[in-house]
Amino acid sequence: MFGPDQAGGELVPGSRLSGPMSWVIGMMVALTVIALAAGLALGNVAQGASAELANGVTVQIIQANPEARQSEAERAAARLRATPGVASVRVVPQAEVERLIEPWLGGQTDGEDGIPVPALVDVLLTGTVDGETLGALRRSVREVAPSARVDAQSAWLRPVFAAIDALRWLAIIMVGLLASALAAAVILSVRTAMGLNRDTIEIVHLLGGTDVQIARLFQRSVAIKALTSGLVGFALGAGVVLLFASRFAELGAGLLSTASLGAGSWILLALVPLLGTGLAMLTARLTVLRALHRML
Amino acid sequence: MNPAPMTSATDAEIVQFDNVGLRYGSDREVLSDVSFTLYPGSFYFLTGASGAGKTSLLRLLFLAQRPSRGLIRMFGTDAITLPRERLPGFRRRLGVVFQDFRLVPHLSAFDNVALPLRVAGVPEQDLLKPVGDMLDWVQLSDRVHARPEQLSGGEQQRVAIARAVIGRPDLLVADEPTGNVDPEMAVKLLRLFEALNRLGTTVVVATHDVHLLKKVPESLIMRLDKGRLSDPTGALRYPPRRSGSGA
Repeated sequence: MFGPDQAGGELVPGSRLSGPMSWVIGMMVALTVIALAAGLALGNVAQGASAELANGVTVQIIQANPEARQSEAERAAARLRATPGVASVRVVPQAEVERLIEPWLGGQTDGEDGIPVPALVDVLLTGTVDGETLGALRRSVREVAPSARVDAQSAWLRPVFAAIDALRWLAIIMVGLLASALAAAVILSVRTAMGLNRDTIEIVHLLGGTDVQIARLFQRSVAIKALTSGLVGFALGAGVVLLFASRFAELGAGLLSTASLGAGSWILLALVPLLGTGLAMLTARLTVLRALHRML
Repeated sequence: MNPAPMTSATDAEIVQFDNVGLRYGSDREVLSDVSFTLYPGSFYFLTGASGAGKTSLLRLLFLAQRPSRGLIRMFGTDAITLPRERLPGFRRRLGVVFQDFRLVPHLSAFDNVALPLRVAGVPEQDLLKPVGDMLDWVQLSDRVHARPEQLSGGEQQRVAIARAVIGRPDLLVADEPTGNVDPEMAVKLLRLFEALNRLGTTVVVATHDVHLLKKVPESLIMRLDKGRLSDPTGALRYPPRRSGSGA
């Protein structure tokens, strides 16, 4: 009947701490899970693309004459195959090149009235492409194919990486803003509850209650509500993330195929409601202690 | 006659006020040049008309208010410069009966009375007996589960008194503790205070009921008039039960 938690819990009636705080925490956690999932997925995209392209080099033979172009491409491929540090060399068939650029240029490539298209040689090195390696390859290839242009594959996607990086920062900023909003909601709620329970707090003070004892009552109440709301918010956020993941998976191509979340990412997402609860408790504690210091 | 000097309190003295003044904001002082000493085991009545400053003086006594000037020593320590973290320890040595009871409205009579013990960290299994005994003492053993709103004014008053004395305080401060009870219960409550006083607690009862003063013959009277303390019985100059004082 008079269990150890009963009076402590009742001193600050739980209902007075509810109101919009539970809803706000739930929504904040859901949005944080979505923003964090987006950030993690973008990170995976960048990492996957970077790993895939880190060893790749593309050789373009920019030559209008189809026969000369083909001849230079074969000479370049032969030179590359004989070069130490080159793992594989593939002359991309002209039909495949035409298919790749068809969406932009249509079928009017090469031939008498067509637009000349460069020949492509796809090269994979045993190590990572750096400036020195690329320079040496460039010089070597141009000796046998003067029309060749040699580029690291990662260079093609540099603007994409920059955009992904910007989006990741946006996600981080969003998580920070959402955490701040959660703390603000807790501060407002705790201040309101303290106002409603001012008499009780004063009595507990006058009976010899310490600031920490009083803060603990609010912390406990906030923790229960934050954890409950946080778990609901997590379920909501995770549902949205899974829905988006299935939609992207259906696209099944390109960079987006690497935008999935692994077990580590999901563990991180599962920590969001716990971290949110911790933040709410810390905020409640500091808010109460600060307010109590203004009382005698 | 050898009056006890007001400014030479020892640790044996519960409270010493020396030229204490109190004003709220920029208003005139509600208490001026208040000097007295409370000795262990004494019973004091604090009297005065409404607005004389009784409640303000009590608020200083139970550390709910700091004075605007003067010196207050409690239990041998300067109470004005007392660090905040030491305040709870001092307050646990005090029992306070508020004029408006100030019970926690959503707690039962039991939980209200148990509150000082819970605050002091007494384990739950050790609460049942003392709280039950205390409620029995104030004749409320049949109202254990009632919340304040379910209790009459007199019953609330008795719960407030039980809460104030359950921790066996060194100093009990009661503001008009008999104001909401019938004369018979008022006498009973006074007898409770006397019993506590005999156990060593210093008692200060603020009242404007002059008939009450006669009920405790050994009591000492502190009279406040417009914020100033008078000493009609010499209680403040000739402290009782003070061995070796020369008084």
